[in-house]
Amino acid sequence: MIVGKSYKRVDAYDKATGRTKYTEDLCDRHALVAKIKHSNVAHAIVKSVDISEAEKVPGVVKVLTCFDAPDFLFPTAGHPWSTEESHQDVCDRNVLTKHVRYYGDDVAAVVAEDDIAANRAIKLIKVEYEVLPFVLDVQEAMKDGAPQIHEKYKNNVLAHTQNKKGNYEEAIKEPGLIKVEGWYETPTVQHCHIENFICYAWEENGRINIVSSTQIPHITKRCVCQALGVEWGRVRLVKPYIGGGFGNKQDALYEPLCAWLTTQVGGRLVKLDCQREETFANNRVRHSIRYHLISWVKEDGTLVARKVECFSNQGAYASHGHSICAKGLGSFNQLYPCENFEGDGWTIFTNRQVAGAMRGYGMPQATFAIEAHTEDICTRLNLDPVAYRRKTVMPVGYVDAFSKNELYSDTFNQTLDKGIKYIDFERKRKEYANQTGDIRRGVGVSFFWYNTAVWPIALETSSCRMVMNQDGSVQVQLGETEIGQGADTAYTQMAAETLGLPFEKVHVVSCQDTDVTPYGTGAYASRQTYTAGMGVRGCAEAFKKHLLEVAYRYTRMQTYLMDIKDGNIIRTTDGRVLMTLGDLAMHVLYSHEQNEHLTMEKTSQIKSNAYSFGCCLAEVEVDIPMCHVKLLNIVNVHDAGTLINPALAEAQVHGGMSMGIGFALSEKMLYDEKTGKLLNGNLLDYKLSTMMDHPHLEAQFVENPEPTSAYGTKGLGEPPVCPVASAIRNAVLNATGVAFNEIPIRPHLLYEKFAEAGLF
Amino acid sequence: MAQYKLVTCTINGKKRSAMVDVRASLTDMLRNDYGLTSVKKGCEVGECGACAVIIDGESFNSCIYLAIWADGKNITTLEGLTHEDGTLSDIQQAFVDETAIQCGFCSPGFMIEAESFLQNGKIYTDDELRKLLSGHLCRCTGYENILRAVKKVMHSRAEKC
Repeated sequence: MIVGKSYKRVDAYDKATGRTKYTEDLCDRHALVAKIKHSNVAHAIVKSVDISEAEKVPGVVKVLTCFDAPDFLFPTAGHPWSTEESHQDVCDRNVLTKHVRYYGDDVAAVVAEDDIAANRAIKLIKVEYEVLPFVLDVQEAMKDGAPQIHEKYKNNVLAHTQNKKGNYEEAIKEPGLIKVEGWYETPTVQHCHIENFICYAWEENGRINIVSSTQIPHITKRCVCQALGVEWGRVRLVKPYIGGGFGNKQDALYEPLCAWLTTQVGGRLVKLDCQREETFANNRVRHSIRYHLISWVKEDGTLVARKVECFSNQGAYASHGHSICAKGLGSFNQLYPCENFEGDGWTIFTNRQVAGAMRGYGMPQATFAIEAHTEDICTRLNLDPVAYRRKTVMPVGYVDAFSKNELYSDTFNQTLDKGIKYIDFERKRKEYANQTGDIRRGVGVSFFWYNTAVWPIALETSSCRMVMNQDGSVQVQLGETEIGQGADTAYTQMAAETLGLPFEKVHVVSCQDTDVTPYGTGAYASRQTYTAGMGVRGCAEAFKKHLLEVAYRYTRMQTYLMDIKDGNIIRTTDGRVLMTLGDLAMHVLYSHEQNEHLTMEKTSQIKSNAYSFGCCLAEVEVDIPMCHVKLLNIVNVHDAGTLINPALAEAQVHGGMSMGIGFALSEKMLYDEKTGKLLNGNLLDYKLSTMMDHPHLEAQFVENPEPTSAYGTKGLGEPPVCPVASAIRNAVLNATGVAFNEIPIRPHLLYEKFAEAGLF
Repeated sequence: MAQYKLVTCTINGKKRSAMVDVRASLTDMLRNDYGLTSVKKGCEVGECGACAVIIDGESFNSCIYLAIWADGKNITTLEGLTHEDGTLSDIQQAFVDETAIQCGFCSPGFMIEAESFLQNGKIYTDDELRKLLSGHLCRCTGYENILRAVKKVMHSRAEKC
């Protein structure tokens, strides 16, 4: 078995030596440099732009403004195209805008011979604005009379959807029910991949070429074509190794602008490299979502009726839009099913920077709300939080009517059992009851719900090409991208497993080039091991069948009497090696009688999906006078089906837990109420966790092979971040008796809430 | 107008000279003049640690170190840790073996930092190691396997001392 073993990453050696080439390493150093003039107002109409001084700066090649930009509106979300217009992403952007919708919007650009000239010119561009009132808060933006951000969207409502089951209004009339109500709010945070977004573009033979740090090469290519109003074969996009993405790069960021700029300077090479401050202020962020939950329960906690309202802050442009709010909303009545349910999800434009995809896609937010609320029910009714969760969580055999996803195994109890044992939850829960004093400890628990991939909401497909070399080794190409998670290594293991090759004989082509890479939509939705797994297996099965048919010419054995094992064609009846794949490849490639280039290409459309579940348990120590929470212990337990590479899976979980810890305790983007300007958009003021902020991160697994999956696997990339903040919040509640319904739980908030609770 | 100055220094054991824009950072010089792509740009203001190099035995963020200051200095980048025959140094090998590398963008900085303080065979506590490495940001690994890799090298070097 090759699947299931912790092979070293296929890209580890090059990354360990510093040889791996990322976008900037590949760009010719004589490239022209593009810089963007960002607005210094949150909402305005651009009246005029004076570029006369900027143009005089030595080294400036071209200054372009929103009045020069093409009129084509385009979408940016990394979603597959839909042939049905109603399912297409909202087109609401131009490469440069005359209508400024957030502080930092893109109004002009400079192309110059170097950074210094470009930056000087940017400062000399004078923009005259007709300043408009702006709004940053979701509830304020929904009010009548609020500033209108996009013409077509009344009250700034990008979308509103409802989930309903049973009859909420009737059900709550039952006598004796207890009402538990709460508002929960999550912060705006940024992805903080260490490689900032960067791309470069040039024209060659009448076509636009782009090299970009993206997760979604094929989708971004299409977005660029929409932005420039050109046919979809006119653009080629290449994706090399990238320094992290986490969803920010699951959006067309500045590729459309850079592509347009090259067309404005005679097709010369133009590089657009975001500074860290631009990554913070002008890329994407996680949606801040405010939840209102009302649960009607019996004295034993039985859920009778539940109402959920979600208000998602979209910022200035639609990007991934309502999909994020909607994914979260869909989880509430699945994680804890309730017969009478009413859910409303609102995604609202505000004059803040644009929210898009970020690891977890709405689930870290929704999980915080539902698991904080579940804990509040337990506290109110004095119920054991573990027993209550076991009783009310999605039961084995549950089938979702829409996705047809099924909970096949007793995953929730199995993962919870492991987590409880690791943290010693029950004993500590008793030990930490009735604490007094300045330093108190607590333990908390949280489940999570996560849906792998995007079927049936959108297209799921993975195409794969395999080509055999003279030595019997194979190149594998997929549209599904390596972004640091280890996808290439997983594909190598899968292909080797199905083809019957040694691991070393499979070479996954890491780089995607839309001119040659088969169509696949890229890295998002924790989809790749599941969907590309089917792409790989579909192609590998067909290729193996074909290789055996070709081998018949030389071995004269029927195909059903042959198999491929460890790179050899063997006779299954007695195990004899008939020939090596290398011999076969040489004979066939150089045959004068019947020459053939040994290759296979297959598209696998995926019309299934898989739940991925688990839990997080955390232990904290709270210093009340110092308003400080110290995380002492934390464990995530996941059921991601069969692990293709356990060491890489564990590493994925560590990274997600780290992001969850930051979400819970330190990360938050702050905006100036008076101007809408981001106040802490750098890595000094934005409190990303350092190594000092983490305890040991324990990652454990339960492996119930997913029946619908080619290799038994399902989503793991995003789930680890989902349950962390709620587990930590519940641990702080256990320690102090104070329920934090807002994160991050930082000293500012701790002070306020502890003072309210009379703890000082 | 740009002014240039001759900067002569030792880079990865070899004496090198180049005319450098006096405004350039050491990061720019190492990347642009010497093609040392392990020196990564994550913030260019000394916050993330991705550009770390060893200068005369001590680790520095090369993005906030002027190239002209490097004159006469002895500089080691990650490329300098790899042996001539392409085999990996103990730190690089430990990062590979302990799955401490994911996207790989912060990895050079961490390996350089570890090399800078593990040169004398000293044993540090976990808390000390976490503090020593805290000037480097990583979003992929949660730092867990990085710490594991650094500890592994620390213990194996101490045994050899």
